[in-house]
Amino acid sequence: MSVTPPPAADEQQVDERTTAPETGRRRKPRRRGKLFSNVALLLLCLFWLLPTFGLLISSFREEDLVKTTGWWTVFANIGDFGQWTLDNYTEVLQAGMANAFLNSIAVTVPAVVIPILAAAFAAYAFSWMRFPGRNILFIVVIGLLVVPLQVAFIPLLRFYSVLGLTGTFAAVWLAHTGFGMPLAVYLLRNYMGSLPNEIIESAQVDGASHYQIFWRLMIPLSTPVLAAFAILQFLWVWNDFLIALIFLGSTEANQVVQLTLANLVGSRGQDWHLLTAGAFITISVPLLVFFTLQRYFVRGLTAGSVKG
Amino acid sequence: MLKLANALIAVVAGVGGTVVLFWAMNKAVEALPEVWENRLKPYVFIGPALIVVTLFLVYPAFRTIFISFYDDRSENFVGLDNYAMLFTDASLRMAIINNLLWVLVVPAACVAFGLLVAVLADRLTARFENVSKSLIFTPMAVSAVGASTIWLFVYAWRPAGTGQIGLLNAIWTGLGQDPIAWVQVSTLRLNSFLLMVIMIWLQTGFAMVLLSSAIKGVPTETIEAARIDGATEIQIFWRVTIPQIMSTIVVVFTTILIAVLKIFDIIFVTTGGNFNTDVVAVRFINELFQFRRFGLAAAIVVVLMLATIPVMIYNIRQFREQEAR
Repeated sequence: MSVTPPPAADEQQVDERTTAPETGRRRKPRRRGKLFSNVALLLLCLFWLLPTFGLLISSFREEDLVKTTGWWTVFANIGDFGQWTLDNYTEVLQAGMANAFLNSIAVTVPAVVIPILAAAFAAYAFSWMRFPGRNILFIVVIGLLVVPLQVAFIPLLRFYSVLGLTGTFAAVWLAHTGFGMPLAVYLLRNYMGSLPNEIIESAQVDGASHYQIFWRLMIPLSTPVLAAFAILQFLWVWNDFLIALIFLGSTEANQVVQLTLANLVGSRGQDWHLLTAGAFITISVPLLVFFTLQRYFVRGLTAGSVKG
Repeated sequence: MLKLANALIAVVAGVGGTVVLFWAMNKAVEALPEVWENRLKPYVFIGPALIVVTLFLVYPAFRTIFISFYDDRSENFVGLDNYAMLFTDASLRMAIINNLLWVLVVPAACVAFGLLVAVLADRLTARFENVSKSLIFTPMAVSAVGASTIWLFVYAWRPAGTGQIGLLNAIWTGLGQDPIAWVQVSTLRLNSFLLMVIMIWLQTGFAMVLLSSAIKGVPTETIEAARIDGATEIQIFWRVTIPQIMSTIVVVFTTILIAVLKIFDIIFVTTGGNFNTDVVAVRFINELFQFRRFGLAAAIVVVLMLATIPVMIYNIRQFREQEAR
């Protein structure tokens, strides 16, 4: 008999799309109180929206205008189509952003796909196989969740320079695979362990091996958690600056978008027409994922809340 | 295009390689006598994951502890000298104090704003609730470098008399004041607080999502009962709702706390640690790459790691309790 622990506490409350309001629970607040709370919420929402909105507007304005007038002035002469341009994007793409964008894709895709498979096998063994050391090994995995990954940098840098890996994509893939593994194993194991015993037992009675059960039952049944982790890891890798800086920072040709944007901020800090366009290119892909896969996205982020 | 082709090959090779690896190992174990097959198979399944974690986290962590007792070039044993330096060097002490300030302010602010939005949005119709929550949540998709750029633009400074392009200075000069180069003003740690705003802006959505679903999970009866007893909405919030969502608050708080403890990107990109905004993780990178003092850099991250140990123990304890149930 396998022990099947319930999913972690934070996993259970993961689905945030509990949009259906329980109207029965609420009393109608007094009108003035309601007005006050709505205004407060509106102000908060503006505070959260305006900085990004200003960035987006500015990225499409002529260089001279971006550098001399505030982005909010566009509303004064909203009919003037001459103030809009795509030049900023062309310029920043030529200034290294296009190359960096391709590099980011080349870094991200393998760094997301490779760890999932290894983690899935490990999670299966942790949930459905009995072996000496199982609990202690899993406790080590949980302990590693919050370890600051900086702790690995100095030895890894030396290790990579011995192997000649510094500045290569492989260095970053491997680093992300290692750093993402504890969380991947933890999440997948919580999910797989909560699947009903009977499914696995009946498959075993039918003579299926663990290997077959893994591919034919576990992987299809675990799609939600695999998708959630994939998105979480995607965001983590695409938005990562630290690991890229350490392992790719020295190699000009292999820079990713976060590095290129940070370099632009450092070297051309006053060229806001470039910075706004560059920033928007950098955040566009995760935003796209956010708007198309919001449900999985939220599930992944909240489930992964323990990552160190 | 060549890059994309390379990436594609890497994906195919990486994934294909991993699949073949597992398949081959599985075949190899299945060829053994059954007793051995059953004994070894679990290790075949967890093997690759464990090897990667050992190679990239466990071993380097121990190695770093070792390095922290050695000098800059890791040649001579220096005992606790690097650790002593952490508390005697004035600029390092400032980084530690700044880091503590971040730890004190940011997690609490995120929880407070997250709670506020969750409660206020809960009173709206479903559609407006979704819109406002999405707005607050969207920055979770934005990278720290992207967010830093967005907010540097808000804090942008132009000389007095010229048009201000930064929102903050536009409001400030609109009030009749002279424009200020905000990120350079360290009086009362003003610039550090302005950088904290970036982190709060990024993380509040996360707090809000978890807290919102916890609030919705509070049993209706407890709230109704309080209401019948004549409690006001505010009393209900503090005395009924808050105690029942305390465990979620703890999870959210510690998660953001861990992130803030290692805060790096925002400060590195905006000020590079100048203007008295330095923090521990930025200092670590500078020790490593600028000053090349490996021993000191190692000591800095060992201290960071020690700071996370209480959370580590808490996580393990939670897991043990779940297992026991």
